[in-house]
Amino acid sequence: MSWLTDFFGDPANWSGPDGIPARLLEHLEFSALALVLAMLVAVPLGLLIGHTGKGGLLVVVTANLARALPTLGLLVLFVLLLGTASILPVIIPLVLLAVPPILVNTFEGIRGVDPELRDAAYGMGLTGGQVLGRVLVPVALPLILLGLRLSAIQVVATTTVAAYTGLGGLGRFVIDGFATKDYAGVVGGSVLIVLFALVVQIVFMLVQRATVSPGVSQRLITPKKGRL
Amino acid sequence: MITFDAVTKRYPDGTVAVDALSLEAPTGEITVFVGPSGCGKTTSLRMINRMIDATEGRILLDGVPVQGIDPPTLRRGIGYVIQQAGLFPHRKIVDNIATVPYLLGWDRKKARSRAMELLERVGLDPAMGERYPFQLSGGQQQRVGVARALAADPPVLLMDEPFSAVDPIVRTSLQDELIRLQAELNKTIVFVTHDIDEAIKLGDRVAVLRVGGRLAQLADPKTLLSEPADDFVREFLGRDRGIRRLRFVSTEGMRLRTDLTVTEGSDDPADEPWRLVVTADDRPLGWVSRDRPGTLEPYGTFRPGHDSMRSALDAALLSPSGCAVAVDGEGRVVGVATREALDEALTEAADG
Ligand SMILES: Nc1ncnc2c1ncn2[C@@H]1O[C@H](COP(=O)(O)OP(=O)(O)OP(=O)(O)O)[C@@H](O)[C@H]1O
Ligand SMILES: [Mg+2]
Repeated sequence: MSWLTDFFGDPANWSGPDGIPARLLEHLEFSALALVLAMLVAVPLGLLIGHTGKGGLLVVVTANLARALPTLGLLVLFVLLLGTASILPVIIPLVLLAVPPILVNTFEGIRGVDPELRDAAYGMGLTGGQVLGRVLVPVALPLILLGLRLSAIQVVATTTVAAYTGLGGLGRFVIDGFATKDYAGVVGGSVLIVLFALVVQIVFMLVQRATVSPGVSQRLITPKKGRL
Repeated sequence: MITFDAVTKRYPDGTVAVDALSLEAPTGEITVFVGPSGCGKTTSLRMINRMIDATEGRILLDGVPVQGIDPPTLRRGIGYVIQQAGLFPHRKIVDNIATVPYLLGWDRKKARSRAMELLERVGLDPAMGERYPFQLSGGQQQRVGVARALAADPPVLLMDEPFSAVDPIVRTSLQDELIRLQAELNKTIVFVTHDIDEAIKLGDRVAVLRVGGRLAQLADPKTLLSEPADDFVREFLGRDRGIRRLRFVSTEGMRLRTDLTVTEGSDDPADEPWRLVVTADDRPLGWVSRDRPGTLEPYGTFRPGHDSMRSALDAALLSPSGCAVAVDGEGRVVGVATREALDEALTEAADG
């Protein structure tokens, strides 16, 4: 326990480029940037493939690729190629890691919507775009968000490993701690990483709450008072 | 009016689902497509709103070929109801109903108030507007499906087995509701079913299709039952075709006896095998047999001129007396149709 108080109680750990706030910000920056970039690629692609039904093979290939990708190897490779002057060597592998879960789940979510429902939407006179935007996406949203959440967790975890390459992030505390036998740093860093992952989960839960219709999640809704 | 002009649908795999179909669905009437599974009913229906495009031939809406109209525009002007209702699960009922008005750019408030009005029209509690589809029963969802199709007041309604996924009691009430709605709205309706009883009940005209998508017969239900065009139609109509036809035989002017009723508690003057006991204000209580004076036996009623011969016969068969009790709109006994009277009416029906 004293390790924790040592780590969190040391004022030196709360300031400067290798303090907790700076490392936290770096971690957030790497993860968020990678996730957003992956989302920008994978969501539209998944929607398009799921909606048109063309290119399903691409999804299968990416999904399998994802399982085979040695992220750490890629990380080292990109650092060797590009150096550590920019964050690119970290971001590229993270994006590659984040794309497949988002792509696969978005695709499956859209494709899995009840064909009767899709049919009814067209039958009402919605255009292809309206069917996608107003019916398929809201109905498939839980799966799309699941893909994003899976990617986010992986990215957050892998960003920790990024510290091996000499870049920042919360992983630094752990790796540097092992190197210098500073076990307070190891434990404190680990706790921060776990807390970070927890916050990410909570954020996704809140997003899910706010964006998925109660009609889809089948959450019980309390009737609003003062209406009618 | 919807006109099929030599319409053929050949699917890419070579299946001919509809073969040179020519028929008209007149304005303001219910035209039913009926036939065995796979005979091309759904395909025919969906060619009207271009959910499927015809391979050959033309389909005209009031003389205008639908093939020339861009599908979303065409479909917003045609109500469409399908078997599983197909409601949008993420939208409240009121917004589901207002789907087409929203698409047409109606003001939100106007669209919603129209939706609430329709909710009542189809027999649902307006409070249901704020629910989501998963909170409704199948039958209620189906009513919402009908309301949604009617929302923008389209002149044409296409219904593909809309009531086949609900239990028989709900189905009957939905059918009655549709008949009632249609009496008010006078839409041009094309209704698909594989249930010949439903076809006969709902159709102003019934088109019987045979497998391969060819028209076997197009006629009003009465003609269909009395003059089936060929063996296929005869077989499809089933064995009790004659009984079903009684639905179209009126009980208007049937001979009724008024000397068989006795008021409760009073003495019976006539010596008849069966007498009908009624209350002081002429409500039926039951039949009494000469042999067992103390026991009230069951009775069945019908409304002469309003109910069909089928109902009258049904009423007679419900009672050991073999007679049907004729009542007025308020349920007061106006007379009794004896076996002889029923027999006369049946003979007349068989002749004409
Ligand atoms: N997309 C398709 N591709 C190939 N054949 C099809 C397709 N859709 C339907 N068919 C065939 O066309 C024929 C008519 O089908 P359709 O769905 O119109 O029948 P239906 O009368 O509505 O039958 P049911 O009462 O079972 O609904 C059937 O033989 C069916 O197998
Ligand atoms: Mg069908």
